[in-house]
Amino acid sequence: MTAVDLRVAQRPNAPLTTYRYDEYDAAFVRQRVAEFREQVRRRLSGALTEEEFRPFRLMNGLYLQLHAYMLRVAIPYGTLTARQMRQLADIADKWDKGYGHFTTRQNLQYNWPKLVDTPDILEALADVEMHAIQTSGNCIRNVTADHFAGVAVDEIEDPRPTAEFLRQWSSLHPEFSFLPRKFKMAVTGAAHDRAAILVHDIGLRIVRNDDGEIGYQVVVGGGLGRSPFVGKVVGEFVPRHDLLAFLEAIMRVYNRFGRRDNKYKARIKILVHEKGIDEIRAAVENEFAAMDRSVFAHDPNEFERIAGFFAPPPYETLPRDSQLLRAAKLGTPAFANFVDVNVSAHKIPGYAIVTVSLKPIGGVPGDATSDQMRVLADASERFGFGELRVSHEQNIILPHVKQDDLLALWRMLDAAGLATANAGLVSDIISCPGLDYCSLATARSIPIAQAISKRFADMSRQRRIGKLGIKISGCINACGHHHVGAIGILGLEKKGQESYQITLGGDPTFSASIGEILGPGVTAEQTPDVIEHLVDFYLAEREEGEAFIDTWRRLGHARFKDVLRREGEDGADI
Amino acid sequence: MAAFKHPQILIASNLTDGEVVFLGPSGWERHHRRARIARNAEEAAALEASGKRDISANRVVDVYLADVEIGGDGVPTPLHYRERMRVKGPSVRLDLGKQAMTGGAP
Amino acid sequence: MALISEGRFIEDAWRRLADEEALPKAGKVIVSLPRLQHALEVLAPDAALGVIVPNVTDPSALIDALPRLGLISISFPAFSDGRGFSLARLLRRAGFKGELRASGRLVADQYSHAVGCGFDTIEIPDDLAERQDEEQWRAALNVYTMSYQRGYSGRGSILEARRSAARS
Repeated sequence: MTAVDLRVAQRPNAPLTTYRYDEYDAAFVRQRVAEFREQVRRRLSGALTEEEFRPFRLMNGLYLQLHAYMLRVAIPYGTLTARQMRQLADIADKWDKGYGHFTTRQNLQYNWPKLVDTPDILEALADVEMHAIQTSGNCIRNVTADHFAGVAVDEIEDPRPTAEFLRQWSSLHPEFSFLPRKFKMAVTGAAHDRAAILVHDIGLRIVRNDDGEIGYQVVVGGGLGRSPFVGKVVGEFVPRHDLLAFLEAIMRVYNRFGRRDNKYKARIKILVHEKGIDEIRAAVENEFAAMDRSVFAHDPNEFERIAGFFAPPPYETLPRDSQLLRAAKLGTPAFANFVDVNVSAHKIPGYAIVTVSLKPIGGVPGDATSDQMRVLADASERFGFGELRVSHEQNIILPHVKQDDLLALWRMLDAAGLATANAGLVSDIISCPGLDYCSLATARSIPIAQAISKRFADMSRQRRIGKLGIKISGCINACGHHHVGAIGILGLEKKGQESYQITLGGDPTFSASIGEILGPGVTAEQTPDVIEHLVDFYLAEREEGEAFIDTWRRLGHARFKDVLRREGEDGADI
Repeated sequence: MAAFKHPQILIASNLTDGEVVFLGPSGWERHHRRARIARNAEEAAALEASGKRDISANRVVDVYLADVEIGGDGVPTPLHYRERMRVKGPSVRLDLGKQAMTGGAP
Repeated sequence: MALISEGRFIEDAWRRLADEEALPKAGKVIVSLPRLQHALEVLAPDAALGVIVPNVTDPSALIDALPRLGLISISFPAFSDGRGFSLARLLRRAGFKGELRASGRLVADQYSHAVGCGFDTIEIPDDLAERQDEEQWRAALNVYTMSYQRGYSGRGSILEARRSAARS
C-alpha cells in the first residue's frame, strides 16, 4: 500500500488522476492566504499605498476592472476535480453573482468580488487545494498544459507532472517575482499542439531523442499582444535532468536584460527579437554553464511522486467500439451530431473524450453559471472518475467517458443547456471579456461573438463549414488570441467608436502563424456580414476536406482581400 | 492641464468593494445622476483635488475626470463609450451592475 | 534612511560618502561605483570599504574587488524592478561574503525575496519606514515556514523536507 492509495482512501470522492497537496503544499497555500489577508488589511490601513499594493494583489489574481474587482483563480494545467468544481460554484453563489468565466489560460474569473471578501474566497479555494497565486503580475504565471493530457492518442508523455513540477518551482520564486513583464509557460507532450506552446514566453514540448530518452524542446519568445511573435527554439533537446537549471538560466537572462523602459517592449519576445535567438541562446548557455546546477538537478523520486498522482484511473476493459453508442446514434440524430463534433478519440478502447461547449448560440463564450458548474461536477462523477479539464478554447472537457455512457451524459448535459454540438466549429468562438468587463479593453468583444454565433445558428451549416477557429480580443493585449485565429477579430477605438480589425491565417499549433490584416476596420454591425462573406468565399473555393486556413494558404491573402473589396463596391460600405 | 471643452464629472472605484463611484455634492455616490458637474477648469481642478484627498485617505482608487453631456433632466452622461459602460454595467448582462438597480436608483 | 536587519530596525554602522567628500582614513564608508577603484588604491588593505552599485552593474566589474569589500549595496530604482535580486545572486555566486544590502523603496512584502537572493539588510527611505514599521518587516520575514525553491537562502526547502520524510 503506497502513500498515494492511503490519501485516496481518506477522501472518498477523490479522483485518482490529479495532484493532491501534501502537508507542505497545504501549509504553503494557507500561508499565502494569511499573507494576502494581512496585505488587504495593510492596504485598508494605508500602510500600503495602491501603487505598492497593486503588484501584490495582481500576484494573487486580483484586478480592479471596469465595474468591480475581478479575481482570477488558477486551474493548474486545466485539471479540476468534481469537488473543486462544486467549490467554484459555491464561491460564485456566496461571494459573486452566480457565475464564472473560464479563460484562455486555464483560469476562472469572478467578475464581482469585494476586496474585503477576497481573503475568505482564497480560504475557500485553499479548502479544495486551489489558489489564485500568480494568475497575474510580472511573474511566472499559471503553467498551462494540453487539455487532453493523459488521454490523447498522440501523446509521448503526460505533460501535467512537468507542469506541476514547474508550478511548485515558480511559486513565490525569490528571484523571479519582479520580472520586466508577465511570463507564461505551456507544456505539451503530444504530436499535435493543443496548448499553443509556440505563442508562450516559454513553450515546452516533451520529446524523445534517438536513445529513447525523454527530454524537452524548449521554445522561447513567443507571444501575442502588441507585437506578436512565434517562439524560437532555444534548446533543441534539454534532458529532464537539466530542465530546471535551464529554465533558471533563461529566467535570469530575462530578468537582467529584458527591457524595463517601455512596458510594451518588456516581454521576453522583444528581447529575443532585438538580440536574435543566437545571442539569447549563447547567453542562456553561458549562464547555464556558470551556475551551480547540482541544486536544480532532476530529482527522480520527487518527479515520480508527482507523476504518481496522474496515474490512469481504473478503466474497464472494453471493446474498442460500443454497440450501444452505434445504436444510440442511429436512433437520436441530435446525439449523433454531438458525438461527431464534440467527442474525441481516447487512448483506451471503449472510452471517449467529451468536450462540453461553453459556447451556446448567442451566449457569452466561456461563462458558466454555478448550476451548470454543479451539473458538470455531477456529470464527471457519474461518467468520468470525477475529473474535469478546462481547455484554452474556454470549454470544459470530460476526459474519460465510457462510450456506452455517452447518451446518458448527453441527456444530462442537454437538460442543463450544455450540449451545444459546436466544438471547433465556427460558433466555438474564443473571446476575452472585452469592454463589457475589462478596464484595458478598447472595444467590446462578447457582443461580436454573440452576433457571429447567431448568424451561424444553423448547426447543419456549421457542420458543413467544418473546423474554423474565430478568436476575438477587445484590445491589443490579445487575451482572445486573435492573432492565431484562422479568423481573428481585434476590437479597437476609431474616432470615438468601436471598430473591428479582421485578420486571416492565424494558427496556434506547431505550424504556428500570425494572422494578416484584411483591411480597414469595420463596425460592430458589419462584422458578422464580413465574416459570413469570408466563410462563403471559402466554401465556394475549398477543395475536398480542406480547412479554412489551408484554403487561405493555398489561395493567398490577396484573394480574400478581394472578397471584401468587392463587397465594399457593392455598397456595403466596408 | 488639457483644455476644458466639456462639462466633467469625477469617476473612481471604491477601495473596499471596487464599485464605480462618482463624486457628489457631499461625498461619493454610487449613481452618476448625483455626480457634481464641473463646468469650467477651476471646478474640474476642485473635483480632482477632492479626489486626491480621498486617494490619500484610502477611500477610492483610479480617480479621473470624464467628459459628459448634460441631458434635459440635468443628468450627466459620459461622452465616451467606455465611461457610458461604467455608469451602466456589462452590455451583455443587463441584470447586473448599476443598470440592474431598482428603478435605476441605488 | 532606515536600515532593517533580521526583522529589526537597526543603526547603520556604515556611512554613505558623498562623491565630493574626501575619503576618511578610517571608519566604515560606502563609496559610489565610479570612486571604487580610487578608494581601493588609496585606502589601507584592511580598511572597511563598501560600494553602492546600480542594479544593472555587470558582476565582473566587481570581481577583483570582492575580497576587499565589506559591503555591497545594490540600488533599487523602483521596488518593482527585480534586477537587483539577480545581481545579488550573482555576487553571492562569485563568492562575496560581506554584507549585501538592498537600497531603495522596497516594501516589506519583498523582504523574504531579498533574503532568499542573499541580501542581509534593506535600506529604505524614512517616509516608507513610517508607514511600514518594524512589526510589518518582522512579520514579512515569518509568513512562510518553507519555500519550494532550492539553492536560495533563508527558509527551508520543501523538496528537502520531502526527501528526508521519504527516507525516514
